[in-house]
Amino acid sequence: MDYFVQQLINGLNIGAIYALIALGYTMVYGILRLINFAHGDVYMVGAFVGLGLAKLLGYTTSIPGYNADTVGHSLWGGLVLVLVGSMIGAAIIGMAIERFAYRPVRKYSRMTTLITAIGVSLLIEYLFVAWYGSAQRSFPALVKNDAIHLFGDVRISMPQLIIFGISILLMILLQWIIYKTKIGTAMRAVSFNLNSAKLMGINTDVVISFTFALGSAMAAAGGVLTAQYNPSIDPLMGIITGLKAFVAAVLGGIGNIPGAVLGGLVIGVAETMVVAYGSDIGLASSYRDAVAFTILILVLLLRPSGLLGSTVQEKV
Amino acid sequence: MRRTLFALGLVAVMFLGLSCERRGGGTGGGGEPIKVGVYLDLSGQTSSFGQSTKNGIEMARDEINKAGGIDGRPVELIIEDEQGEPGKVTTVVTKLLRQDQVHAILGEVASTNSLAAAPKAQEAKIPMITPSSTNPKVTQIGDYIFRVCFIDPFQGEVMAKFAANTLKAKRAAILADFNSDYSKGLTQFFKQSFTKLGGTIVDEKTYTQSDRDFSSQLTAIRSTNPDVIYIPGYYGQVGVIAKQARQQGINVPLLGGDGWDAPQLWDLGGEAMTNSYISNHYSIDDPKPEIQKFVADYRARYGVAPDALAALGYDAMRVLGDALKRAGGTDSTKLRDAIAQTKNFPGVTGTITMNAERNVDKPAAVLELKPQERKFGYKETIYPDGMTPPTTAGASPAASPAGATASPAAATQ
Repeated sequence: MDYFVQQLINGLNIGAIYALIALGYTMVYGILRLINFAHGDVYMVGAFVGLGLAKLLGYTTSIPGYNADTVGHSLWGGLVLVLVGSMIGAAIIGMAIERFAYRPVRKYSRMTTLITAIGVSLLIEYLFVAWYGSAQRSFPALVKNDAIHLFGDVRISMPQLIIFGISILLMILLQWIIYKTKIGTAMRAVSFNLNSAKLMGINTDVVISFTFALGSAMAAAGGVLTAQYNPSIDPLMGIITGLKAFVAAVLGGIGNIPGAVLGGLVIGVAETMVVAYGSDIGLASSYRDAVAFTILILVLLLRPSGLLGSTVQEKV
Repeated sequence: MRRTLFALGLVAVMFLGLSCERRGGGTGGGGEPIKVGVYLDLSGQTSSFGQSTKNGIEMARDEINKAGGIDGRPVELIIEDEQGEPGKVTTVVTKLLRQDQVHAILGEVASTNSLAAAPKAQEAKIPMITPSSTNPKVTQIGDYIFRVCFIDPFQGEVMAKFAANTLKAKRAAILADFNSDYSKGLTQFFKQSFTKLGGTIVDEKTYTQSDRDFSSQLTAIRSTNPDVIYIPGYYGQVGVIAKQARQQGINVPLLGGDGWDAPQLWDLGGEAMTNSYISNHYSIDDPKPEIQKFVADYRARYGVAPDALAALGYDAMRVLGDALKRAGGTDSTKLRDAIAQTKNFPGVTGTITMNAERNVDKPAAVLELKPQERKFGYKETIYPDGMTPPTTAGASPAASPAGATASPAAATQ
């Protein structure tokens, strides 16, 4: 039982990161019907911006890894600064991608935008490879690397706790923005019908920009949080993680925000359980990725609109 | 118009980022240079290995050229970066063979990459020496493929012996890299030897190099209560694995191989690397004069201590230089025979004698990781079966009393 709970914590933890990234896929799709393939790379850029900020603040990866005391930042201050800074940085990059790559081709067919998205993704990845090399870089610890004993043999590490805490906080914030603010209402209007929204006097370009900023900020938060738990980042880290987050978004019903969160958690837990119990049924731990995609295929066969997709009416 | 400008700007930025690989020029005397092709991972996931090996090779080249080259002909290196991707390896090696018409090839650290290149070299009948690929299959490709390091059956056995005899471990778990020939080889031979020595393998899990999270594997391993965990992987993943293991409260010794030997390990793993041991090709603490001279020269030239990959790169280039001299030219058959006849060559990583399988029998050093000092400390030397430790005093640093006693109980905090 302890074993199961421990693995569940591990799974939900990965799932929370997938969920944060999946939110960006799903919001952009909801508004533009565009699958923003560069979104996984925004997650990577967020982690790199976070690394730059952490270094500016004086964090190092030298030993001992945690040195918040010596650089004079409180435990939370450094984390919050790096997190918020990288979210702002990624938001700007997200808006720039939309402004310079997607907006010029928005009037053409959807396929054009899709191919542009793939191009942008490759461009970002290999620009970073050219600048930084594809070797992993170590990310400094912004929180103490302690573990908290829950019960029995179950423990949760500080980075894990922070991933849970901050991702829940961000999801609540997102929900509030979408349902309680003026711009959120505009977003929902645009996702309902872009042209009608325009006729109602909504500046759709601003709303679309804002959506990209919001999604990119969420992804960047995911990047910085992952780097606390798994302190090595590299320019290609967004490929597999981004792909799985996309699967999560589709699984939950693309365009549906709670669906993205649910999808992320399902994928995270499923792949963890493959490693946890796979060897009992003869599945090597390396099948974890295959399982994520098998689940996707099954869900799409049985519920083509995704787990929560049917609750949203088809918007054409 | 603005869009065109923006596109042009993007293209310009892309080119800014591309750096041109320098061609190693010969500095020796006159005569037509002898071209040696080098393919390494200089910017990919295992680039630390490639950079160190390149440093070692270049240092040996300069020494050879300063001493007058090979019968007056300087050695010229043609260095190619394949970013550690087997697909690119074949492209790059084909270029070296066909376009540059090199006379010999040095390369790769990762066995998977050497295995991609070896058939090309064999087919072109150009001798290839891998400095540090330890998977046995590499030299089995053909009679033009050599290595100057020991092989995985021995490396796996060394860690099994160390775990069972020195750490007194009874239960070992393995966490291996699913796609690496190196990792698979070590896993197989560690298992064999450890079971033969009376131990049990309690769990075996795998990961892939694209994995970012190892917590589920580690939770599974933790539940089996191992005395040691063997992680025959590369530093990029090992550092993170160690951190996540320590977070989960796994404090047993972590064991590995030469794939851990990179300065980045200290950044990625930090304090979590405490209580870990690896098998390696040599120890920089070894007081042998040739080793200390190499360490001092390397430090003077590059400002860092040489890791084992640098030492092996240096040895590979010198073995090749020695063979070129004995072959009296660049005739590929004669050169192959000369390399095969290498006997008692005084390498930094031990005495090098090519055996019939074109491998080298050398002892391995077990090193203890010291993250606070960012260095690998010498622990003990383990010899292959049938090879006896040299009796000359001071030949091996085994006399150092520091590493004499350690039990897993004492080592676990």
